[in-house]
Amino acid sequence: MGERTGLEVSLAISEAVKFARADAIAAYPITPQTHIVEELAQMVADGDLDAEFIMVESEHSAMSACCGTSAVGARTFTATASQGLALMHEMLFIASGLRLPIVMAIANRALSAPLSIWGDQSDVMAERDCGWIQVFAETGQDAFDLTVQMFKVAEDKRVLLPAIVNIDGFTLSHVIEPLFMESQDDIDAFLPPYEPQVILDPKEPVTIGPVGFPEIYTEIKMQQNEALLGSYDVVLEVWEEWEKKFGRAYHPVESYRADDAEILINLAGAISGTARVAIDQMREEGKSVGMVRTRLWRPYPFEDMRAAVKNAKAVAVVDRALSFGGPGGPIASELRGCLYPLAEKPVVACFIAGLGGRDVTIEDFYTIVEETEKILESGYSGEYKMIGVRE
Amino acid sequence: MASDKPTWKEYPTAATIHQPGSATGQNTGDWRSERPVRNPEKCDKCGICWIFCPDAALFMNEEGFYEVDLYHCKGCGICARECAKGAIKMVEEVE
Repeated sequence: MGERTGLEVSLAISEAVKFARADAIAAYPITPQTHIVEELAQMVADGDLDAEFIMVESEHSAMSACCGTSAVGARTFTATASQGLALMHEMLFIASGLRLPIVMAIANRALSAPLSIWGDQSDVMAERDCGWIQVFAETGQDAFDLTVQMFKVAEDKRVLLPAIVNIDGFTLSHVIEPLFMESQDDIDAFLPPYEPQVILDPKEPVTIGPVGFPEIYTEIKMQQNEALLGSYDVVLEVWEEWEKKFGRAYHPVESYRADDAEILINLAGAISGTARVAIDQMREEGKSVGMVRTRLWRPYPFEDMRAAVKNAKAVAVVDRALSFGGPGGPIASELRGCLYPLAEKPVVACFIAGLGGRDVTIEDFYTIVEETEKILESGYSGEYKMIGVRE
Repeated sequence: MASDKPTWKEYPTAATIHQPGSATGQNTGDWRSERPVRNPEKCDKCGICWIFCPDAALFMNEEGFYEVDLYHCKGCGICARECAKGAIKMVEEVE
């Protein structure tokens, strides 16, 4: 039997990694992710987790070491944020290109400059196309559950891709939440040991990561993309099994009071908690508002999203990242891309909010809905609006 | 267009190579614009060229001289640069 407990969300992820019986962790500390790997280092030092903890001099080395440990058949975990993730950039593509099922937690944080240790989603959005499976947590319970689940998805022979679990820096990473920790026995029954498809073994030599001449590169990229698209079915399978076993449901797009809503709010991560409160208040005041929360970001759940928003007049997207000189925020851009082929579709309005740790308040959601109503009246969304910026 | 080359489904995952030493089949000599030519009168068989060759494209013949494996030599010129006796010259590939 598991137990109900109160735990800092970072430590809940460390516990999940321990329950998943990770074999190797290579990491470099960076705010606001530090507690995750600090706790894991403690577990290894105390003998509570039988794993190799590899201390490295940078995140580039951390991800390089992760590729190495995963390639020799070790269940591998790391965590990072912001500049650390940016420093991993090159190796993220190697991990997915080599089809290594590493699991990484990211405590989402703004990118410098100016230096900001506070939360937004600029870090992971800059790595959007790195070929990893990507999910967002709203709560500490999500963070625990998704971390265990992603090992199972990533290591599935039909997938063999690395996976990112996004948690909001500070808003989740440093908050103590009540959550239910499943028992070691139950997690063992859910997550079998990692059986690599190919391992680096001197007795049976293979070359992992050879040169890909122009005559094969396209085919290998096709293979990789098909694996990522195909991971969608495996994610659903794993979530169904999780729900049956542990009673907590996960969906690619998660709706709240959305069925009859004229205006839907689309966002990812923990600010959805504030959105819920705002939606409840607005509903009491007679406004027809709901939410569709992006849980699965890669592979992008096109059909789920189309079905979730098809009856709405407008979707107000709240992006915690800005595409400089571009169309606004990545979540809005992708939603627009997802809906564009449809003959009839809701208007998509994009709002940039919550950059660099700026609070996104209930009042902000009122502003966002009011602005969306104006857009519905005028019929023109424009690219995006910045919320709460002093002019 | 029909092709006799493998489709994306037929390649091993992530292009992993299961046959050790398969790179020897790659004709990297094709890339060469200059070839190393050894002057046997200057060469004293010291083997510096063999040590420095980054592609293991030199081998010792029966007389103890180092010869170039032109199927793999990319023509980088390191052997000519390192040769203590100045016995190797890089000559332009003309045909």
